[in-house]
Amino acid sequence: MRATLTAALKEAPAHLPLRVATAIAVKEIQAYFTSPMGYIVALVYLAVSGFWFGISISGFFPEASPEGYIRNTPFLLILLAPAMTMRLLAEEQKLGTIELLLTSPVRDWEVVLGKFVASLVFFIGTLSLTLYYVILLYAFGDPDSGPIWSGYLGLILYGATALSIGLLTSSLTNNQIVSLVVGLGILLILTLIEQAAGLLDGTWATVLSQIGLTTHLDDFYRGVIDTTHIVYYITFTMVFLFLTVRSLETRRWR
Amino acid sequence: MAGMIEVKNLTKWYGNYPAVEDVSFEVKKGETVGFLGPNGAGKTTTMRIITGFMPPTSGTAKVAGYDVVEQSIEARRYIGYLPETVPLYTDMTVQAYLSFMGTLRGMNPKRIKTRIDEVIGICRLGDYRKSLIGKLSKGFRQRVGIAQATLHEPQVLVLDEPTIGIDPIQVVETRNLIKDVGREHTIILSTHILPEVSMVCTRVLIINEGQIIAEDTPRNLAERLQGVEKVEAEIRGPEEQVTRALNGIRGVVSVSVTSDSDRSIYSVEAKRGLDLRSTISRVVISNGWGLLTIQLVGMSLEDIFLQLTTNEQIPAERR
Repeated sequence: MRATLTAALKEAPAHLPLRVATAIAVKEIQAYFTSPMGYIVALVYLAVSGFWFGISISGFFPEASPEGYIRNTPFLLILLAPAMTMRLLAEEQKLGTIELLLTSPVRDWEVVLGKFVASLVFFIGTLSLTLYYVILLYAFGDPDSGPIWSGYLGLILYGATALSIGLLTSSLTNNQIVSLVVGLGILLILTLIEQAAGLLDGTWATVLSQIGLTTHLDDFYRGVIDTTHIVYYITFTMVFLFLTVRSLETRRWR
Repeated sequence: MAGMIEVKNLTKWYGNYPAVEDVSFEVKKGETVGFLGPNGAGKTTTMRIITGFMPPTSGTAKVAGYDVVEQSIEARRYIGYLPETVPLYTDMTVQAYLSFMGTLRGMNPKRIKTRIDEVIGICRLGDYRKSLIGKLSKGFRQRVGIAQATLHEPQVLVLDEPTIGIDPIQVVETRNLIKDVGREHTIILSTHILPEVSMVCTRVLIINEGQIIAEDTPRNLAERLQGVEKVEAEIRGPEEQVTRALNGIRGVVSVSVTSDSDRSIYSVEAKRGLDLRSTISRVVISNGWGLLTIQLVGMSLEDIFLQLTTNEQIPAERR
């Protein structure tokens, strides 16, 4: 026993931040499949997007395009993204496991990164199930590939931002429902801001519409991949992840 | 060698209420130190500061020479921690959980594997390896908590109320476990159960209202605070005469008798540092009475504790 102890001490534990973040991400991804919430979110998403897809291809002038559900997905995500993230940090605080997490030799940002990646992987996984519709389109029609893939890219970027907002609200409370509702509120405001911009004109209108989360999706729907929009989403995501790290830090001081 | 844990002038305010006030102590390598105090005395707060969960308002705490605020990550590497509530991920199996905690502690996968086998053996969790933690009873969760805290063979173990809320048999098991583990680790544990301290600790810190009010080995503490030595003897003989004879012995402060039907137990209090057992037995036997039992009765820690926490003058402004 003594020997193993001294041997263990000599072997200076190399700190590999990504290993820790990966371990947290893997654990959380597994948790999506052991809790009913993961299935419910995926089910709701597939049911609603399937409904929209069905409508868009069965009109008077059916179009071989997934645009019908891609365009509507952001609105669905206002509810579903915070539902995907609400557990991640709120539950740690409720169970008290945050105490063990934050007293392990792990930096706060590694925790946040791991949790965020888990939610993103789960979201992309759910989203990729809708590729089934795309396969159908290619099988029975001749869709325009550009808007499909840029649309998916836009959704992933938008989703990442929405998830980072949800993660932030999850860090602020130990109550998952509070996290969900606050996250939903912030997303709703960032979406409606575009409509508010329509009431104004001049600089304010531009500023508000640029802040709006969905404004930046339009080009993606059209098949245009503009770096500005990519930078917008990535910046927003980083800001919210940074705020989440800060929020964990201030938790220590409370 | 310097202490594994060095705490200097630690103070923590919650709003305008001091949870811990100017606490200083040191724990040397291999010691098992008990933190004794009533609920709300500041035990958990002190431990949370040592483990790096929350920073102190002022003062410093060092683990293995690393400041818990300035060099938090380094300090945390040396610590295994079991919080009072034993927080565990209820939707994970014991094995998956331990493996996850091992990774967080920066252990390499190979060592995690061998250590999981070891701690599962030590904590007798063998049959529950693949059980969901949420399905385990409180006592078993406690074991998982201890397994988790010792997994990475930390030099310092911080255990907050390790035996609270589990059944008596499990309490004994947990204490034995702590004793086993204590041979290799520096342990600091908190409790408000007195016998526990004398059973497992080499040193006791008594903390009340956020301040350390006494510090010693359980034995010395008992002696120091005792003031008197007490001998209990069961003597068969005429009560009045026996009492008179006992009172006649030099150094005896008081004699009291409790008797029922045919037994009389005399409790003799003497000045400090006097062991009167041989004198008493000589007196009894020379008088031709029967000496059935005789024993030195130390004041139990429980009594001391009551004395300490009830006799202390509590400044009005701290209430």
